[in-house]
Amino acid sequence: MSVSDGNPARPHRIARPGLIDRTQALTFLFDGRRYTGFSGDTLASALLGAGVKLVGRSFKYHRPRGILCAGSEEPNALVELRTGARREANTRATVVELFDGLEARSQNRWPSLAFDAGSINSLLSPIFVAGFYYKTFMWPAAFWEKVYEPMIRRAAGLGRASLQADPDTYEKAHAFCDVLVIGAGPAGLAAALAAGRSGARVILCDEDFVLGGRLNGERHEIDGASGSDWVRRIETELRSLPEVRILPRTTVFGAYDDGLSGARTFGALERVCDHLPLPPAHQPRQRMWKIIARRTVLAAGAVERPVVFGGNDRPGVMLASAVRTFVNRFGVAAGGRAAVFTGSDDGWKTAFDLRDAGVAVEAIIDARRDVPSALLAAAKRLDTRIFVGSHVVGAHGARGVDRIDVREGGGRVTRLSVDSLAVSGGWNPSVALSTHVGGRPRWSDVISAFIPGDVPRGMSVAGAACGSFALADALREGSAAGAEAAAATGSNRIEPPRWRCAEEATSVTALWNVAESKGKAFVDFQHDVTDEDIALAAREGFRSVELLKRYTTLGMATDQGKTSNLNGHAIMAALTGRAIPEVGTTTSRPPYSPVAIGAFAGHHRGKDFKPTRLTAGHAWALERSDVFVEAGQWLRAQWFAAPGEASWLETVSREVKAVRSSAGVCDVSTLGKIDVQGSDCGLFLDRIYINSLSTVAVGRVRYGLMLREDGLVMDDGTAARLGEQHYVISTTTANAAKVMQHLEHARQVLWPELDVQIVSVTEQWSQYAIAGPNSRRLLQKLLGDALDVSNAAFPYLACAEFSWRGIGARLFRISFSGELAYELAVPARYGDAVIRAVMSAGTEFAAVAYGTEALGVMRIEKGHVAGNELNGTTTAADLGLGRMMSKKKDCIGRILAGRPGLADPDRPALVGIKPVDRSARLYSGAHLLSLGSDPILANDQGYVTSVAYSPMLETWIGLALLVRGPQRHGERIRAHSPIRGGDAEVEVVSPIFFDPDGARLHV
Amino acid sequence: MRIQCPYCGERDLSEFAYLGDASFTRPDPATPDASEQFFAQVYLRDNPAGPFEELWYHASGCRSWLRVRRNTRTHEILAVEFAKGGFAGPGQPRAAADS
Repeated sequence: MSVSDGNPARPHRIARPGLIDRTQALTFLFDGRRYTGFSGDTLASALLGAGVKLVGRSFKYHRPRGILCAGSEEPNALVELRTGARREANTRATVVELFDGLEARSQNRWPSLAFDAGSINSLLSPIFVAGFYYKTFMWPAAFWEKVYEPMIRRAAGLGRASLQADPDTYEKAHAFCDVLVIGAGPAGLAAALAAGRSGARVILCDEDFVLGGRLNGERHEIDGASGSDWVRRIETELRSLPEVRILPRTTVFGAYDDGLSGARTFGALERVCDHLPLPPAHQPRQRMWKIIARRTVLAAGAVERPVVFGGNDRPGVMLASAVRTFVNRFGVAAGGRAAVFTGSDDGWKTAFDLRDAGVAVEAIIDARRDVPSALLAAAKRLDTRIFVGSHVVGAHGARGVDRIDVREGGGRVTRLSVDSLAVSGGWNPSVALSTHVGGRPRWSDVISAFIPGDVPRGMSVAGAACGSFALADALREGSAAGAEAAAATGSNRIEPPRWRCAEEATSVTALWNVAESKGKAFVDFQHDVTDEDIALAAREGFRSVELLKRYTTLGMATDQGKTSNLNGHAIMAALTGRAIPEVGTTTSRPPYSPVAIGAFAGHHRGKDFKPTRLTAGHAWALERSDVFVEAGQWLRAQWFAAPGEASWLETVSREVKAVRSSAGVCDVSTLGKIDVQGSDCGLFLDRIYINSLSTVAVGRVRYGLMLREDGLVMDDGTAARLGEQHYVISTTTANAAKVMQHLEHARQVLWPELDVQIVSVTEQWSQYAIAGPNSRRLLQKLLGDALDVSNAAFPYLACAEFSWRGIGARLFRISFSGELAYELAVPARYGDAVIRAVMSAGTEFAAVAYGTEALGVMRIEKGHVAGNELNGTTTAADLGLGRMMSKKKDCIGRILAGRPGLADPDRPALVGIKPVDRSARLYSGAHLLSLGSDPILANDQGYVTSVAYSPMLETWIGLALLVRGPQRHGERIRAHSPIRGGDAEVEVVSPIFFDPDGARLHV
Repeated sequence: MRIQCPYCGERDLSEFAYLGDASFTRPDPATPDASEQFFAQVYLRDNPAGPFEELWYHASGCRSWLRVRRNTRTHEILAVEFAKGGFAGPGQPRAAADS
């Protein structure tokens, strides 16, 4: 019998179009073939409408698979959507909105969907049982990486990733509401309307692109109108309410933390442009919502259960509710000769809807012995065979079901020729969001399913999500829950709206599996878990649901077991003689359905992963260099290549020599600067740093080292005393924020009684190091009479605030390079002008700009520690700075720094190393070994922290942490770097390679 | 998760940095068993399931350190106050608030 609407191009479209627009044809490609669907179709309904039943191959056995569901719970119909960089694997065809030009491919098949070589796995199924990875591929161990894993990865697995960067953008948004309504079926719409009419701020989310939920798939009447007409009426009113926001195509995927007075945070994904060929300009593909809701009504509906019997995965075997949705909403009949297999009244609706759509219903098979007489009477007009107390024991057909075997109570088996089979095992309320924060679902004997138990604070559940499957109950509960939630947030208490509709029977007699059936009977379609696997797990003792899950992978696929978990648990319960609630249920975690990682990242990707901070001198640096290094969030010039220089090493060596012979300038604005003021500021800093800073005279600077309370070094820097009650301290670039937080903690939590105020001024000041024997002459030229910088007036470690050309400037005589050096600080708005002025003043001294590499070379030549040495595992003593620790006062970390483990003289401590062969290269990260000892952990003597090529010494040099290092100067050891390839004999030396007496500092 | 900063108002979790157990009190470094006391304070920590007093830092806001009573099972924020105590908010004279 033909069900067509008369158009031969669309054999499976029935006369009634449902909610699709048949005037708008859309063409699409599936596996390279061109098909036609309509506006309003999903990819699944369009494929079924075009007569395509076989849409994929299964995960393990490569069994032919079709479309099982009509919603987001679909385990089978996973396709690759789009092409190129936008290719998206494992997309459920049932939620893909059809657009013109859509391209989709079936997955997990080779060479073609119809003939798949991998289906040989089905014949090998005895070795692919639960736990086969553990049992089969244990030996030999060496085979795992080389043989088994690549083989399994090729054979199993689903879609392919594009392996290209995602070209789309994603965004994040926050939303706040009084009442969040999750699901826009009858209960959700009623709740949203009740809450909206009371004036509450309402957000209504639904994963579908049309509102209405099951009302679109059923033939209900409400107040005398069709279900879908009622939906449009409610939607119109909701859209007229200014405080109501409707988010279709939006899945609330997770319930999160408790907030203030019951408010809760939810994660929701809005598929902004997935229904379009490409996102329009400036539109994100998807938007990640963080919704903070004071009250929530969960109206997420329910998911129908398949029945476990032999061949239940054949294409053409579909959920009874999905069959109704395809007929009523999409105007598509999956077949021309249908049968229905059910355990409750609900499945019969499918037979009526199919027959009324002109589809022949060959048989209704009801597992119950007692079927309500009213149903039997009504079914008379169907002209169909009715089997009560009977089961489908097998479905057959190579690429789709073509016949089924029905076994009656007495044992007689009847073979029926059908091309589709609707199955209804009952319904599982979608309780997931009620369990994300620890709620446990509760078993209901009435509907043979779990319903929400202890729901999260601030949440109420309405309609099918709490097991109330009758439409009248859903409307009543939703309306009441919406009104109640709104009132709880302080909105007007209104009379909940009411509507009239027919009452219906909704109890469910459990129909889990057909034990006496033949052939593979699937529990979890997506992971190919069969009833045999459950039985094997029971025999082998994996009986707890958590063990069952991990042993068989039941419910661990991307569908998270929406259609399979309870069937599996019920089979386990029967096998082990327990009730289902005794077996238990696994709780679900977010996300409810898959969410693209890109949506979680939002705009925070690539160079936008974190903010980029530029110094005031950046434009000047950019004119001279295109090589910048990231230092925390900052960009710093790495070096400034001169024309003709062939390598970075040549450039950096030139910069170092220029500084050491005349003068160089480096932007050091990125170092943290913290202003410390107050009458207790000296005392406060004494408690922060290991050395005494309260004794620093005004106008002087002191180097300081700070520890964490556990005794390890946290950071170092300088403290300049600008006044009796005023210091400015510097931190390393990377630790600036951490030190600020540490200081605030000390100030607010540890010693709130101290009079100290601190503020970060890192961005307020541009600071330039001016280093080299000619740096004083350069400054004299630059500053003129503004400040006397002679050695007598401004000696090493002096500092001053002074006025220069109307600017409040600061000068510090400090040196990281080991040369006569200064740091000049000016307000950041003058940073660009001042660096240009400095360079201009330096012209006659051939002053160079130098970058972070030259800075690093010079500090290694001087044995100054930096981030590589301040690595969170070193003590002050390890760094040769132990004698800085003041014995006259306490400071953070002092007590625990004295622990035996940290005071151990055998700890690796700072040394310099030089290769014995002066041409040998050193590598940081190399491990230190005694000569002749094997490179094994037991012989490890320490490691190299920093290396550089020293143009002054004309050899590579390094800083290292070596066991008892300071006592071993002169000893020869080995620096071994198996990863980077270097292995050099080195001599242990003082870490101060250049100007060990510091004579150049004091000139 | 949202925290009611006494200075800034209710703000998103992402503005705050977490330190942990607020019961840390710095022992007197002069006591003979200071080392043991510091060890206990720095390393020995309770990890209760339920209400817990913690220190949070409003890093992207007013830079206040806050004593936050949080239910570690649900992330419900039960109480928030300045870790410094006393100082109640903007506009209040510090001396008066500290007394």
